[in-house]
Parts: sequence; C-alpha cells; structure tokens
Amino acid sequence: MGFFERLIKIDRRIIFTFIAVAIALPLFFNVSMYVETTPEVVGIFNAVDSLSPGSKVLMSFDYDPGSMPELQPMAESFLRHCFSRGLKVILMGLWPQGPLQANWALDIILNEPDIKAMNLKYGVDYVNLGYTAGNEVVIQRMGSDIHAAFPVDYYGTSLDEIPLMRGVRNFDNIDFVYNLSAGYPGTMEWVQFAADRFHAVLGAGNTAVQAPLMYPYLGRKQLVGILGGMKGAAEYEVLANRPARAVRYMFSQGISHAVVVFFVIIGNLAYFFTRKKKES
Amino acid sequence: MHPSPDIGIWIGGLLTLGIFSFLYGDNPYYKFCEAFFVGVSAGHWFITLFWTVFIPKLLGNIGIAIHTFRTDGFAAGMSDYMHWSYIFGGILGFLMILRLFPKIGWISRWSLAFVVGTTAGYYFINYLVSNGLMQIQKTILPFTSIGNIVLVVGTFCGLIYFFFSKEHKGAFGGLARIGIWFLMITFGASFGYTVMSRMSLLIGRMDYLLGNWLGLIG
Amino acid sequence: MRREVPLMICAIVGFTLIIVYFVPHPPFSDMRDLFSDWFSVIAAFAIYLGILNLLKNSVDKVYRKRSGWGFSIVTIAGFVLFVFIGLYEGSDFGEIGTRYYWLYDRIYFPLMATMFAILAFFIGSASYRAFRARNVEATVLLLAAFFVMLGRVPIGYYLTSWLPEGWRMSDVASAIMTYPQMAGQRAVMIGIALGIVSTSLRIILGIERTFLGGE
Repeated sequence: MGFFERLIKIDRRIIFTFIAVAIALPLFFNVSMYVETTPEVVGIFNAVDSLSPGSKVLMSFDYDPGSMPELQPMAESFLRHCFSRGLKVILMGLWPQGPLQANWALDIILNEPDIKAMNLKYGVDYVNLGYTAGNEVVIQRMGSDIHAAFPVDYYGTSLDEIPLMRGVRNFDNIDFVYNLSAGYPGTMEWVQFAADRFHAVLGAGNTAVQAPLMYPYLGRKQLVGILGGMKGAAEYEVLANRPARAVRYMFSQGISHAVVVFFVIIGNLAYFFTRKKKES
Repeated sequence: MHPSPDIGIWIGGLLTLGIFSFLYGDNPYYKFCEAFFVGVSAGHWFITLFWTVFIPKLLGNIGIAIHTFRTDGFAAGMSDYMHWSYIFGGILGFLMILRLFPKIGWISRWSLAFVVGTTAGYYFINYLVSNGLMQIQKTILPFTSIGNIVLVVGTFCGLIYFFFSKEHKGAFGGLARIGIWFLMITFGASFGYTVMSRMSLLIGRMDYLLGNWLGLIG
Repeated sequence: MRREVPLMICAIVGFTLIIVYFVPHPPFSDMRDLFSDWFSVIAAFAIYLGILNLLKNSVDKVYRKRSGWGFSIVTIAGFVLFVFIGLYEGSDFGEIGTRYYWLYDRIYFPLMATMFAILAFFIGSASYRAFRARNVEATVLLLAAFFVMLGRVPIGYYLTSWLPEGWRMSDVASAIMTYPQMAGQRAVMIGIALGIVSTSLRIILGIERTFLGGE
C-alpha cells in the first residue's frame, strides 16, 4: 500500500489525538489575540449602550450546559454591560436548564468588585422568572400578559410582590429583549413572536451552528444584531473593554480550525493522488 | 499541578472522561455514564416542570379559582374563568398521560390534536409573515451596489432551484445552476460555523479538565 | 369519536389562532389566551409522558432481565436521585448553594457538556475522510468553508493582515456571510416557510391526519 493509500485509511483515533492536542496545548499559553469586531455584534452593543439607566432588558436563556462554552461568556459579558449601565434585567428561560444557567451567570457577575459595589438587589434591579413549558406559546402569552405566563418567579414569589415586575405587563414595558439560543425554542421563535408580532427590539446570541440560519433576520425590525459562537462572545467582551474567557479561548479556537483545514487539504491530496494512481 | 480538592469536580472530571472513553471504543464505562445521563436528564426535567408549571400554574390557578368561589360567591367565581379554566388544561394534560395504556390510549389524541392545532395555527401566520413575506420584503433592494445585486440574484436563483415542478433546462436550468452555487456557498459557510461550534464546546471541556480539575492551567 | 373529535379540536383551535391575528379583540383574544395557558400545562404533561415512558421501559428491562438491564438500574438511580433531592429542596431547588444546584453543577453539567463536546472529534474525522472536492460545486463549498473557518478567528487576521483592508481573510469571510450566504439562507427560509404554511393549513383543514396515528 502506497503512502497516500495508508494516509486515507489512517486510524481515526490518530486524528482524534491531533484534535485533542490542537485544543489543549494552546490553553497552556496565555496568548492574547486581536479580535476584530463585526457590524452584527456592534449592532447589539450600540443598542444596549443607547438605553437610558433604569430601562428594562429581558434576557432569555434558551440553552443547556451542552452549549455553555459558547453562550455563557455572551451571557456574562451582556449582564455585566447591562448592570454597569444601570439597566434592570429580567431573566427567564424557555429551556428548563435556562434559569440555572442564568443563576450561574448572575453568581459570577454579581461577585465582580465593581458590580458588587453597586449593591444590586434581587427583585429591584434583577429578577429570575424561571422556566415554563410551552415553547413559543409562552412568548405569545408574554405578549398579552407576562404575569399570566409567569405567575411566580423562579423561587415561587408572586410577580405582583416583586417591585421590578409591577409595571411590566407585556413587551410594551420592555425596552430590549436579548435571547441566547442553542436551538428550538430560540431566536427564530423570538423573532416571529416578540419582534414581528409585538414589535420588541430584539438581539440574539446564538451557537455557531445556528448563527448562519439567523442572518436573514438581521435588520429591519427583526434582529438588531447577532453574536455568533465563541467569536461573537469574544467580540462583545472586546467592545465592552473586559476581555475574559472567550478572548482567552480564541488562540485554541484558531489552532483547531487550522488543524481541521490542514486535515481537509491532506485528505483531498491523498484522494486525488490515489485516484490518479488508479486511473493510470 | 494543583488538582481540585472538591469531590464534586472530581466526580465531574471522571464522568467527563467516561464519555470521552467512547472515542477509543464502546465500553461499559461509557455506557454507565450514558445511562446515568439519561436518568439524570429525565429527573431534571421532572423536577423543573413540577416546580415551575404543575404547582404554580396548574394547582396555583385552580387554588385561586376555589378561593374566589368561596370568598366572592358563585357568580364572581364563574366570571374569573382565566383561573378555573385551568381545570380543562389539566384534564387534557392528564388525557395525554393515558397514552401509556394501550386500551384507552386513543383518548390522548384529543390532547395531541389540541397541541397540533395550536402549533399549526401559530405556524401558519408566523412562518408566512416572518419567514416568508418579511424575507421577500428584505430582498426587494435597489441595484445600487454589488452586495444588493448578489443578495437579490442569489435569493431568486436559490428559489428557482427549489422549484422542482419544472424541468431544469434552458434558461431556467441556468438560473437553477447559479442557485446551486449560492447554496453551496451557504452550506460551506454553515459547515465552517459548525466546526467553530464543535471546537468551542471541546475547548470548554478541556478547560474544565485541565483547569478546574487538574489545576494545570490558570 | 376517535378521529372526528380530535379533528374538530384541531380545526377550532387552529382557525381561532389564525383569526386572532387579524381580529385581536374579544372573544378571539380571550380564547387565544386560554389556549396558550392550556398549552403550557399540556406541554408539561407531554414531557411527563416521555419521562414515564422511559421509566416504564427501564423497569420493564430490569424486570425481564433483558440485555443491558444493569444500565437501566443506573438510569433509574439517576432519575430517583435528582427527583428526591429536587422535591426535598422545594421551589428554591435552582438557587445557588442548594444540594440540587450542586448535583446540577457537578453531575448534569459535565455529562451534558461532554456529550456535545465529543462531536468535535467526529467532525474533525469526518472532514478528513469525507470532505472531497469531487466537482465544481463541492470545491465552491470547500472554499467557502475555508474562508469562513479561518476568517472568523484571529488566525485569519494574522495570516492576511499585510493585505489592504477589504481583502483580508476576515473581510472575505464577512462578505461571504453578509451576501451570498445570506441569499442562500433566505432562499431556503422562504422555501421552508411555504412548505410549513401549506402543511399547517392541511392539518387545520383535516386533510393531513397522520398525527392521529392508525385505527
């Protein structure tokens, strides 16, 4: 068997090893990489920056731990941005893991020194509405009455007893909706209901798998912007002047992409050479 | 190297390695982790639904209705239909569970029909407006830049390709061919983003193993 | 009764939700809110149905000692652990610091995250073995993937930063995403939308009855 034939039939565990090393090795080096920002991310950042203090932002955590490396950095940097601008944040989830992911992000951000110094109060500055079943029908119900969709918050307190929620009945009382989505229900449903039916101002953070599917919604009253994958999270961290996890991971991300491209090139070269040999 | 002293992180690390062991080959360690994951996942859904839907929504609203009937009388209770009507939601939900019993499982079709009808009713309008009409509206662009031309031509030719009722020959076939190229670019970009996504998830796990668990990285 | 009542329910609910878009006033708006509230409860019971079915199959497997029954015990044990702790914690089960949160953080999160992370290895392997530029279309797909993969990470910037602005890999990737990619996605989106609209109408009108099953 020739070299290229052996190359085509290579054991996949060798490929797995290359990928593992490509991901793991860069993590040992604290390399800071330049992250270019894109208009899609700048759109969301500017939309939040233009909100006046006291404005209400709804954050929907529509993902599970499987998508955490991509979406959790987005959630944290967005939350940090909102709190530092004095915005009120209403958290919820259309996935049952969502509210726990929200608490995770809150735990990290609220313990940062500058945010901690602001002495933010649950029920006044932020609230976690939790999860309710129904997928997109929940968004529809929120459009008519949020208190009917979520009679109580994540901890069982009636929404009527929560100061932040007293004046909030539907999307007319919410200034910006930010959706973090890993699938269904997610950004598409938020666009269809919140943006198109109830005219909410909507931004989205998506996993990189989903992001290209949401590009057609960009612009003209559907999506003001979109964060796509870990790169999107890194861009937001750079715009907010707080590079964190996502920026740190960019070195690893770049090397792994280069390795995949290398494999595709080698695989094609091997294919062409073996095909040429068979033809001759 | 500073391994974590937290027993929970060690459990998480060992479970992670258990799933990764599948890369070498299917084995009992992986099967254990997989079976545990299935059970744990089901348990999480059960508890979340119990405390966020069953108790506050179903029982909570019926409780409010009973309270209204008791304190304000029958007429007031009947007019508060948004609360007592949850009984019907509960009944339809219970009928869904009867699907587990083959002899009377047919009655779950009533609940299923409600779910299907609701979804179909919403989808009919939503997809028509958001994914149909608004996308067509966004495609109607002036030919003032190359980008606009590419967007209009690409969308049009892509749609031409999907029209299978007419044979792709002649000028129609030529436009469909252009459509294929646009779709290939779309799928290539999607593949690129998919690779990005999968690698990101693995980076997260590696950070957990090497950082949180073994303390090899800061 | 077995087929007629479900078809009637489907039609009434479907038509009401279509009409309410055009007439968002009582009684249609009230009916929409009612249906939405019921849907939330029924959706929860539908998920419970799946959970109970899983438990039924697992218990059945253990009882009949079918192949792999030991792992079914593991499944049941995982379920019981989370349910027991979740019920014990009460409505605060998701709060940071609770036993349930500890279980979620130390058991559920690593398992779920790794299940998805393992795909990275398979996509790398699949790219090597299957991604071939056999014809012009496949080559176009490959090139688009290359530019996006390298252009969307900082490595693309470093490789081509010497080029004038607008010609760098990151600019090419942005241009691909903003123009031809968006055009293709839009075509797919419109096509799917038309399909869903027609299927929804067929379901509401009772022409499409496959959701009722046999008999």
